[in-house]
Amino acid sequence: MSHNRSMLIIPGNSPKRLQDAPVFNPDILVLDLANGVKDEEKDSARLLVKEAIDFMDYERVQIVVRINTLESGFGAKDIEMISCVNLTGLMIPHANVEQIQEVEQILAVVEKETGLEQGKIQLFPVIETVKSLEDTSAILSASRRVAGAFFNGDGLAKELGITRTQDGEEILYARSRVAMACRVAGLDSFDTAYNDVNDLEGLEMDANQTRNLGFTGKSAINGRQIDIIHRVFA
Amino acid sequence: MKNNVGRDIPEYIENYGPVKPFEGASANYGDCSRVSVNLRSVKPGESKLVETMDEVLDKVGIRDGMTVSFHHHLRNGDFVLNLVMAAIAKRGIKDIMVAATGIFPIHEPLVGYMKDGTVTGISVGYIAPGPVPKAISKGILKKPAVLMSHGGRPRAIESGDAHIDVAFIAAPTADSFGNMNGVYGKSACGTLAYSVSDAQYADYVVAVTDNLVPYPACPIEITQDYVDYILKVDSIGDPGGIVSGTLKVTKDAVSLHIAELAAQVIEATGFIKNDMSLQTGAGGTSLAVAAEVRKFMIEKNVVGSFAAGGITGYFTEMLKEGLFRNIFDVQCFDLKAIASLRDNVKHQWMSGSLYGNPHNKGAVVNNLDVMILGATEIDIDFNVNVVTGSDGVIIGSSGGHNDTAAGSKLAIVVTNLTKGRLPVVRDKVTTVTTPGESIDVLVTERGIAVNPLRIDLIEKLKATDLPVMPIEALKNLAERLTGKPDPIQLGDQIVAIVEYRDGTVIDVVRKTLD
Amino acid sequence: MKIIKTAQAGAVESSDVLIIVAPNTEGGIQIELETKSVIKKQFGHQIEKVIRQKVEELGVEDVIIKAQDKGALDYTYRARVQTALERASR
Repeated sequence: MSHNRSMLIIPGNSPKRLQDAPVFNPDILVLDLANGVKDEEKDSARLLVKEAIDFMDYERVQIVVRINTLESGFGAKDIEMISCVNLTGLMIPHANVEQIQEVEQILAVVEKETGLEQGKIQLFPVIETVKSLEDTSAILSASRRVAGAFFNGDGLAKELGITRTQDGEEILYARSRVAMACRVAGLDSFDTAYNDVNDLEGLEMDANQTRNLGFTGKSAINGRQIDIIHRVFA
Repeated sequence: MKNNVGRDIPEYIENYGPVKPFEGASANYGDCSRVSVNLRSVKPGESKLVETMDEVLDKVGIRDGMTVSFHHHLRNGDFVLNLVMAAIAKRGIKDIMVAATGIFPIHEPLVGYMKDGTVTGISVGYIAPGPVPKAISKGILKKPAVLMSHGGRPRAIESGDAHIDVAFIAAPTADSFGNMNGVYGKSACGTLAYSVSDAQYADYVVAVTDNLVPYPACPIEITQDYVDYILKVDSIGDPGGIVSGTLKVTKDAVSLHIAELAAQVIEATGFIKNDMSLQTGAGGTSLAVAAEVRKFMIEKNVVGSFAAGGITGYFTEMLKEGLFRNIFDVQCFDLKAIASLRDNVKHQWMSGSLYGNPHNKGAVVNNLDVMILGATEIDIDFNVNVVTGSDGVIIGSSGGHNDTAAGSKLAIVVTNLTKGRLPVVRDKVTTVTTPGESIDVLVTERGIAVNPLRIDLIEKLKATDLPVMPIEALKNLAERLTGKPDPIQLGDQIVAIVEYRDGTVIDVVRKTLD
Repeated sequence: MKIIKTAQAGAVESSDVLIIVAPNTEGGIQIELETKSVIKKQFGHQIEKVIRQKVEELGVEDVIIKAQDKGALDYTYRARVQTALERASR
């Protein structure tokens, strides 16, 4: 397999979803401690994800954990807990250059203390704010650990107060920007997920459209979406 | 003694008799005979209509020790079994054997009759989890229950192994001479397939109907020449319990994934071709397999010969689309299936015997290509259990399981690898229902295993990138997730006997301890 | 770690377990497992062992633990028990 085509994002606090996820063979499995978990349950999700990574049959997928931001107060504990298990990388929401560099410093210390190979844990910034969109190139080069970027259209729409549509014209510029910047940097780019999990035809059209913009992959929120994404981004 | 699948069974069982041990799925073919029937002929001008249940019981001479039979086409909406048993119990009759084609939770009053000795024996082709099998597991029934298959039950009746004194046939539509059908009436249920052998071989046959129509009650599934009496009642069943709403293909992502894998196995082994035949169970995952097979059939421009089984609206749509030439129907699960049976000549009923009796001149299962099955447990020898949970409590009987597995060319078990905390793949199943030699492929969400006997299938699947692995590997994966289960302690008393379709004993169920 | 109040973690949902911990005034580790009979008979001992191991690992000596199980696997028990204990010690 040449590059990562799919990224399945699942809420980290759901044992059932943690157990079902590897079955769909996504290239990357993102265990979410942030958007998909309520504040009062973030401590619970963190431990569940750590125990799951140690226990589950995740041999054939690459595990990435979407941690909380450092500003939220949860992020540091996430990194501390999760970096001691075997995983591919961390996904950083609301990414900006300072955050990436701060996370990198924490990781360097953690890797040294736990005797892990230096620089092994990769970073996947989420481009989901207007500022991060403007700073995309800088974010991608903020650390050598950055292995790809995830464009979250829902985050951007929320910030701008706009409604997302089927054809995605309102996020066209943002998509193109991220796709191009990743190309130049030689990194994987993952497009925002198609939210209607029952509409597989719509997903295929949407995926084809974003591949045509230059994305190398797409995120999914349901296992049923993976096969189509693999076909389109082959 | 140990039978062919390695189960320890006694040579003689109290209140059952000498045990014929299971010797292999093909062991008992050859010369057979059907038992002769004594009947009372009916003169011209004689009326068969009876006014009350009590009169019926008088006329059939109901007495201690008789065997009465019922069909389960009204499923969990059936009123007739309870109606008849209440009337029998009221007379203080004891020691009745209830030979039902199927038992559901609505038949809970049987538990009380088991306790007071009205009912001392039960036999079924199918039983749904609920109070009755739970009570049998606790040892409340005096004689061991006999758990048969849909094909094995008519075999037993036709051969004389099982004798029925009175068959009570719930008829959604009947006329005053006893012609019956199940496709019209407020309690319509579709085919009456499972009651056909009872009608032909019971000493007395009573039609119980809530819809007496002017003569003749065409289309006629059970004809008047088999029927002694007709009783009209207010209602034979609750339509809400008889048919569910249209059963739909599941939306669950894991079940759909399993279905896709199963369909790919069917395609890769060369079974998507013209004149193919297919049968699936009615559950969400089984229907999903049908949906995936349909996609392949359309893509390859294939027209199948027949679809069979318990039939749902999904298959009647495939019939309308021209994907199959015909349907053989042994049970209608929803309103669409009933309507199709009624209106489409390409959709026809088949009796339980025609469906799966191994001792006739060839049952429909013999022509079946692909069968999609479920399982509560499957072991590393591919033996399947659909009779008990892993705790030994009875939750089912074979139904069409061992019939279709034996007859079909490709028998595929589709299941999650684990159900909640419970591993489905085991070292040894708790109870054997279908022998491993009849099961060809196991498809789970985490991998596919092929029976080592099927070298031809192994070869064909090697050329694909499907996740094929030894069944031991699947078992190990299951146990890696759930942990290794502690063995369950059961009592000594045999509470049920699992009869293979040929009447031999493939396993026994022992009492649960609590 | 000392358990100073009642706390819970997890949920009564398919594949999960609701763990409720409370201080044990009588001392010692008391475990109550509520689950389907078919699970209890085959995995009851194993589940209790997993819970006990996590409790001892965290250095908790006096606690009452109630588990309302919906088919959770061992790793879920480890996570939920630890979360509940930590919440109960804050």
